Amino acid sequence: MTGDPLFADGVDWGDIGIMGIKIGVAFAALLVATMFMIWFERKLISDMQHRIGPNVAGPWGLLQALADGIKFFFKEDLRPANADPLVFRLAPYISAVTAFVAFAIVPIGGVFTDPASPGAVGRGGTVTLFGKETILQVADPPVGILLLLAMSSVAVYGVMLAGWSSGSKYPLIGSVRASAQAISYEAALGMSVVAVVIAAGSLSTQSIVAQQVGGTWWGGSPDDWFLLTTGIVPFVVFLISATAELNRPPFDLVEAEQELVGGFHTEYSSIRFALFFLAEFMNVITMSAIMVTLFFGGPAGPIFFGLTWLWPTVWFLAKVLAFLFVFVWFRATLPRLRYDQLMSLGWKVLIPVMLFWLMFLGLRQLVVDQGWSTLQKVVVVLGLSAAGLALGWSLLAAALRAAKRNTAGEYFEGQDPEAVTPTADAPTGSVPADRALAGASPGEAGPEGES
Amino acid sequence: MVEVVVFAVAGAACLAGAVGVVLSRNPVHAALMLVMTLFGIAVLFVALQAHFIAAVQVIVYAGAIVVLFLFVIMLLGVDRAAELSLGALPAQRWTAAAFGIGGAAVLVWLVAAVDRIFQGLPSYCAEEAAKLGREAPSAVCASLQEAGALGSESAPTATNYLIDVSAIARSLFSDYVYAFELTSLLLIVAVIGTVILARRSGYGESAPAESGETPQEARP
Repeated sequence: MTGDPLFADGVDWGDIGIMGIKIGVAFAALLVATMFMIWFERKLISDMQHRIGPNVAGPWGLLQALADGIKFFFKEDLRPANADPLVFRLAPYISAVTAFVAFAIVPIGGVFTDPASPGAVGRGGTVTLFGKETILQVADPPVGILLLLAMSSVAVYGVMLAGWSSGSKYPLIGSVRASAQAISYEAALGMSVVAVVIAAGSLSTQSIVAQQVGGTWWGGSPDDWFLLTTGIVPFVVFLISATAELNRPPFDLVEAEQELVGGFHTEYSSIRFALFFLAEFMNVITMSAIMVTLFFGGPAGPIFFGLTWLWPTVWFLAKVLAFLFVFVWFRATLPRLRYDQLMSLGWKVLIPVMLFWLMFLGLRQLVVDQGWSTLQKVVVVLGLSAAGLALGWSLLAAALRAAKRNTAGEYFEGQDPEAVTPTADAPTGSVPADRALAGASPGEAGPEGES
Repeated sequence: MVEVVVFAVAGAACLAGAVGVVLSRNPVHAALMLVMTLFGIAVLFVALQAHFIAAVQVIVYAGAIVVLFLFVIMLLGVDRAAELSLGALPAQRWTAAAFGIGGAAVLVWLVAAVDRIFQGLPSYCAEEAAKLGREAPSAVCASLQEAGALGSESAPTATNYLIDVSAIARSLFSDYVYAFELTSLLLIVAVIGTVILARRSGYGESAPAESGETPQEARP
């Protein structure tokens, strides 16, 4: 299933030309989609806030993003004197390139069903381009969806290095926040991808989509979508952690304006700033497309008449648009989380929930693979899941209680030095030394007793 | 031809990155050079058709470990160019050079030895098969035959890559499961140890100790 049928019979210049066209089209489409997304977001948010939004450049303000882009090109490119010259120039490109590469694995169309023979699984997601069978995605590497995780973990470098190389306080704080946030939520994101991989039995996006599409002309029912077959939990976790990975509101602490000026890109201007902006919006589009691919059947949908190859792409774009709307909706309605809330949501809620859900899905897959009877299924899946849930929950509750008790202890110990400090400055050294010894003994006893 | 070009470019990137790690004065630049080496190795893995290992290499090493290096470098504020001329013993440099050259020699010898063994394996397997009258007498020969290294020159097909992932999973969770679990136990012990060592045990312990020391130091 994996691999492009284009290269099945060796590579000639025609194949290379088709690859070139694909890369060019994907790049151009992403750029245009980014411009559209900027307009869409500004217009939608202004609608939700009873404003008009951009309405001067072009009809309905459609050309506003283009005007902004041209303005960025002609602005002066400033570099702070403290900045690290090489890394400062490198960082925006890392962000932009990883954003583009991650999109390469998304199948944006292709006929998965064959209208001519209903019931048969169709053409395997291929279309005919210049007389050659090919898939409608830039690349279908054997590691498939792992490329997304690799790219999103490399994208951290863009933000991190931008903040560090600026040689300024606010960007550095923003980038440290960003990297901690990205590392925390990558775990939950990866685990929800694993849920889909367990269900699909394959890493390749092409084959993940093919299993969600039925063989009939209407493209199978949504029952086959991994949204339902994995139980909605992985999708919800993926949506939340993708929002956090994208640094979109309500998780945009990286560029919290009230606290950090502009966050990691405070010192950037001109085209380099535009590259960060571009990467951010490209990532929003890519994540929406990945969500559609993983959970909503990708280009699955009814094929009615006429251009059979066009309909899947139409369905795909419609689904992606729905997710773009959701991201804008988040931004317009949800207030920003505090940093401790962000961390506790990631580590104490999403990751434990996803671990439990993975165990449940694994058990279910085991039962299906072994071909056990219904009674065994119920006993094994429900019984073991309940036992695992109870054990995990009690462990987590115990750990949280211990953590709370420890912080409470530190709080009380924290009162002590404040009482001591004024006397410590006094010239007679003997009194604070005694106080220090007296203060130290309960402090030492506390952690030892607990650990 | 393509393989040679890919190998040359990726190998050059690896070497340049490795040399850069050693020569960079700035710790952040050194970490970035390390990332370049890791990417070069990932490309080499792809050229060897080990796609899964390449992806894991990028996700784990470039994506997590070096990011944590950078995180620590930035948090500790040691991201300024280090002064390397201070403190090095004169003998240290010569010893390091000797160890480096010796290590390189051992590495070259090892590669040559392993290569000699692999060159000899097909004929060894053929001999043994002829002697015992069986297809794959030993485990090494069986796995070689499975990989297509003996005789037939069939290139690995697309379906082999998927088997690649599940084969790794199968051996990881069956033959090597104890080693795997023990490694994870070791990592957890290391994490707990780090937390206990690095944990600042409350203000009550450290702050009065400091405030008690300062007057004593000030007195003489």
